[in-house]
Amino acid sequence: MSQLNLHLKVWRQNAGQPGHFQDIEAPEIPDHASFLEMMDIVNDRLISNGQEPVAFDHDCREGICGMCSMQINGVPHGPEKATTTCQLHMRKFRTGDTIWVEPFRAKAFPVIKDLVVNRGAFDRIQQAGGFISVRTGAPQDANALPIGKVVADAAMDAAACIGCGACVAACKNASAMLFVSAKAGQLNVLPQGQPEKDRRTLGMVRQMDKEGFGNCTNQYECEAACPKEISVRWITKLNRDYAVAAVKEALGNSPKVAGGGD
Amino acid sequence: MSSVFDSLSRFYASSIGKKILVALTGLVMLGFVLGHMIGNLLIFAGKDAINEYGHLLQTALHGGGVWIARIGLLAAVVLHIVATIQLTKANRAARKDAYGKHKAQVSSKSSHIMIWSGLTILAFIIYPLLHFTVRVGNDYASYQTTLHGETVHDVYRMVIAGFSWAPASIFYLIAMALLCSHLSHGFSSLFQTLGISTDKTEPLFKKAGYAFAGLIFAGNATIVLSIWLFGYGR
Repeated sequence: MSQLNLHLKVWRQNAGQPGHFQDIEAPEIPDHASFLEMMDIVNDRLISNGQEPVAFDHDCREGICGMCSMQINGVPHGPEKATTTCQLHMRKFRTGDTIWVEPFRAKAFPVIKDLVVNRGAFDRIQQAGGFISVRTGAPQDANALPIGKVVADAAMDAAACIGCGACVAACKNASAMLFVSAKAGQLNVLPQGQPEKDRRTLGMVRQMDKEGFGNCTNQYECEAACPKEISVRWITKLNRDYAVAAVKEALGNSPKVAGGGD
Repeated sequence: MSSVFDSLSRFYASSIGKKILVALTGLVMLGFVLGHMIGNLLIFAGKDAINEYGHLLQTALHGGGVWIARIGLLAAVVLHIVATIQLTKANRAARKDAYGKHKAQVSSKSSHIMIWSGLTILAFIIYPLLHFTVRVGNDYASYQTTLHGETVHDVYRMVIAGFSWAPASIFYLIAMALLCSHLSHGFSSLFQTLGISTDKTEPLFKKAGYAFAGLIFAGNATIVLSIWLFGYGR
């Protein structure tokens, strides 16, 4: 095991106040530590020196919960492809490196503290259509509704989205199109998602616009940054589904609102 | 009727709606740029060929054709620009605090300067319109020639005279370079926005976009360079 001596430039900010970069020295970091464990070590030292620890989001630490964030050296979740911050290991860095650590920046993701941002906008987009309505009671047989392999695989690919917000962070326009397209597309390809398809598409896109995310300019930085490698082809599909739904709506075929206990 | 208007305004108000409009108007302009270049290349087919082409454009549909085209193109240009300016403003507003360090991983330089290449091209569209269409500050309007016994405007002589002047030629070459940059991102981008791209066709659209941008640059630059530097037609 070798150890790394690192220089960190960490964003410090309290909600509603201007922030700044703080230079923090991080000597003797074991190279088998994950990036979050490195932050834990740094925080331990800050606390024992009587200083305020760096606030950052984390939860499962196994790459599936979507909580960890951080813009590391200008890239969401750091330089490794298809890797969340918790799965990024310090052996990917060299001793003497300067590492910039910032929050995901977007108007729709306000900073709560330091590296923690409020990603509630994603929840509100989901609530605007990222679901299917089903009757309560016993579930139907799992194989009562056959779904082709190609469709099932595609839906599974889109469902891999963990909603971490790296797509927004990577996009120069802070656009949420990759997230929205994965969440809408996952249901829009499945038979269970068909009855509410148009309503879902219009609702989620309108909520996305309302939250103040930017617009997609087809640069595909989101796809490159996505820890789950969601394809920009989902954005193609969302563009298509939106156009169809908007035309149907214009022709007076307004999508029915689900629910209502009928 | 008002519900149709409501739907239209709602469509335009949405991010995807505006982008679809930008893609469609962009497609119209792609067609124009190609047709315009092919028409202008007739200058190499000789004096009569380009003058006949110019006369045809001027007199199509009893002179109405050219106005239909102008109004259509003007509408496309205005919609394209207004929508992209609104989109760009929204994009800037979506990230107020800049990153201390931000690294683009896959996007091209051209894709980052679309608004600037686009607005500069606009300035360069206005210039040739004044130069060759409205003919401000020159006597090109008095250039006449006879074609099949008819007196028509001498497009050939006008173009040769226009590009014999170095500043005009340099202007056009810069404009064409920026147009080339703009098209290299815009061409494949429009298929994505219209929901057409697939994993198989995306690389083809990309290559076709680069080829198209290169073709437009090469075609137009050939006209300018052969007149300005090599004295074609003089």
